[in-house]
Amino acid sequence: MAAENQSHTSQSDLPYVLILKPPPSFALFGDHVLDSPRFQYLKAYESPLPLPQFLHTHAHSVQAVLSSGRAPVTADTICLLPRLGLVVTTSQGLNHIDLSECRRRGIAVASAGNTYSADCADSVVGLLIDVLRKISAANRYVKQGLWSSQGVYPLGYKLGGKRVGIVGLGSIGTEVAKRLEAFGCSISYNSRTKKPLVPYTFYPNVVQLAANCDALIICCALTDETYHLINKEVLSALGKDGVIINIARGPIIDEKELVRCLVKGEIRGAGLDVFEHEPDVPVELFELDNVVMSPHNAVFTRESFEDLCKLVVGNFEAFFSNEPLLSPVALDHLPHFSGGKD
Amino acid sequence: MESIGVLMACPMNPYLEQELHKRFNLHRFWKVPEKSAFLTAHSNSIRAVVGNASAGADANLIEALPKLEIVASFSVGLDKIDLAKCKEKGIRVTNTPDVLTEDVADLAIALMLAVLRKLCESDRYVRSGKWKKGKYMLTTKFTGKRVGIIGLGRIGMAIAKRAEAFSCPISYHSRTEKPEAKYKYYPNVVELAANCDILVVACSLTEETRHIINRKVIDAMGPKGVLINVGRGPHVDEPELVSALVEGRLGGAGLDVFEHEPEVPEELFGLDNVVLLPHVGSGTVETRKAMADLVLGNLEAHFLKKPLLTPVV
Repeated sequence: MAAENQSHTSQSDLPYVLILKPPPSFALFGDHVLDSPRFQYLKAYESPLPLPQFLHTHAHSVQAVLSSGRAPVTADTICLLPRLGLVVTTSQGLNHIDLSECRRRGIAVASAGNTYSADCADSVVGLLIDVLRKISAANRYVKQGLWSSQGVYPLGYKLGGKRVGIVGLGSIGTEVAKRLEAFGCSISYNSRTKKPLVPYTFYPNVVQLAANCDALIICCALTDETYHLINKEVLSALGKDGVIINIARGPIIDEKELVRCLVKGEIRGAGLDVFEHEPDVPVELFELDNVVMSPHNAVFTRESFEDLCKLVVGNFEAFFSNEPLLSPVALDHLPHFSGGKD
Repeated sequence: MESIGVLMACPMNPYLEQELHKRFNLHRFWKVPEKSAFLTAHSNSIRAVVGNASAGADANLIEALPKLEIVASFSVGLDKIDLAKCKEKGIRVTNTPDVLTEDVADLAIALMLAVLRKLCESDRYVRSGKWKKGKYMLTTKFTGKRVGIIGLGRIGMAIAKRAEAFSCPISYHSRTEKPEAKYKYYPNVVELAANCDILVVACSLTEETRHIINRKVIDAMGPKGVLINVGRGPHVDEPELVSALVEGRLGGAGLDVFEHEPEVPEELFGLDNVVLLPHVGSGTVETRKAMADLVLGNLEAHFLKKPLLTPVV
């Protein structure tokens, strides 16, 4: 009992981190996986109060927010938190955070940094080989007993020698390039700016990149500029022998157009971890053997989650000790996503 | 050359079949109802056999064809050919190395990713509509896992090169150590199995390597170990593998080959940590054409008395 009293006393001195909605780590590992002796959580989702009222009540206690994809940090929320100094997100993507508002208010942002880059790149390679070599489709075929009854499975396509075009040569894009080079692929890319020290061919726009590759890989951030970046023109340039892989964000691709192209056979296939309106997925895709899908879990490995938990806690602890953040995001030149059209 | 009798052991590739039919007097063995009568009737005209991973030229067939000069295999594996008998009778043997190395290596990595990252299961999950219920699926990271390769030939080396790009430490077991390879060598498979996370079979099938993956090796791999087989089905003691997977004594498996293709143990069908493929290691449009051209090239070279392109014997 005495110990409990003691911890209660010291608890009330601890700074607060606001959580609007539980992050994926809680669902997977329980509510205490991000605990630290140096701060405590204020869980808005556990309160019976409506959010604005909750925020109003606790406005002056909150210096930091833990965000995740399903718990966006909007200008409205930021407005209600005058002491907010830090947003830590469990994701690498930042499209759910009002970066302009953070920049204006001098609020620091920390993300997953490079924690997920290897896993995302591994997903890209997995999805790409799966689409070309029909791995998931052939596995289905065998497990339905069709190999012995129906015989030989149709041929796939060779990965070696294919031209790979990467949209967004950031940390994930770079890891993708490194891996696919080992398979004998040639690499080209499009990025906001050309990268001088990189040995890959740069194309100034995505249409040209698509026209000159066999596999288009989406690895860029979702911003106002990249919303529906992959449109009819790009898919047409990619052509009927082209494959598209998306592990970035669903809204980067005009999904209606993509589905139409796949159904009509205007592109060879697609590997998709993300969709415009998750968890809704266009049912037309379920009929197609040349499409491989995953439920936005490209980063959901046990190892990455363990690394992420340490990073999240480390960022908050650094902030509250006035030390440099472990994975700060440089807001100065970062483009913003204002939500796109629906 | 249209009068030269060529016996094709089984259906393997429409383009190859077409070309053989154009250039030679092609006999399709699988369409023959009475095989021994057929062989007797044609024993003086068949000078070549074209086989593959499923069917080749065993001692009986070789004995039945006294005019046989060459066996050209539409595969790199030679386990379906009685090489000793061919050597004894001066029969040439060719296969299709190199052209399929990359595809088989690609498939090995694909199987590793598919098993660890549950690619097929994830796809199934989305298609089933279960995603709306919001359950998260945790998988195992591939980058950095220790990969152990049995057989460091062309395919084994290609697998190593690819796995290295994922920062996987590489170790191997081979008949002889390869000092130029710079990977860690283990003198026996059990030790290799105990010291890696993913064990991949990439050696040729011989009497020595039959059931090279046995109970001892599976035990050494442990409940988190993953087995990948892109070699031949008989490399693995299949009933032992099946019970280990069903009982959870092995972490997972990615298999492209089986002991009695196309039969696959049904106990494996319901396991989401197992990926099963219908022997598609070299199964791409590009590679099968290259393999077919190599078979045709070898046959032409032989009958035109030129050096064989890819002789084994």
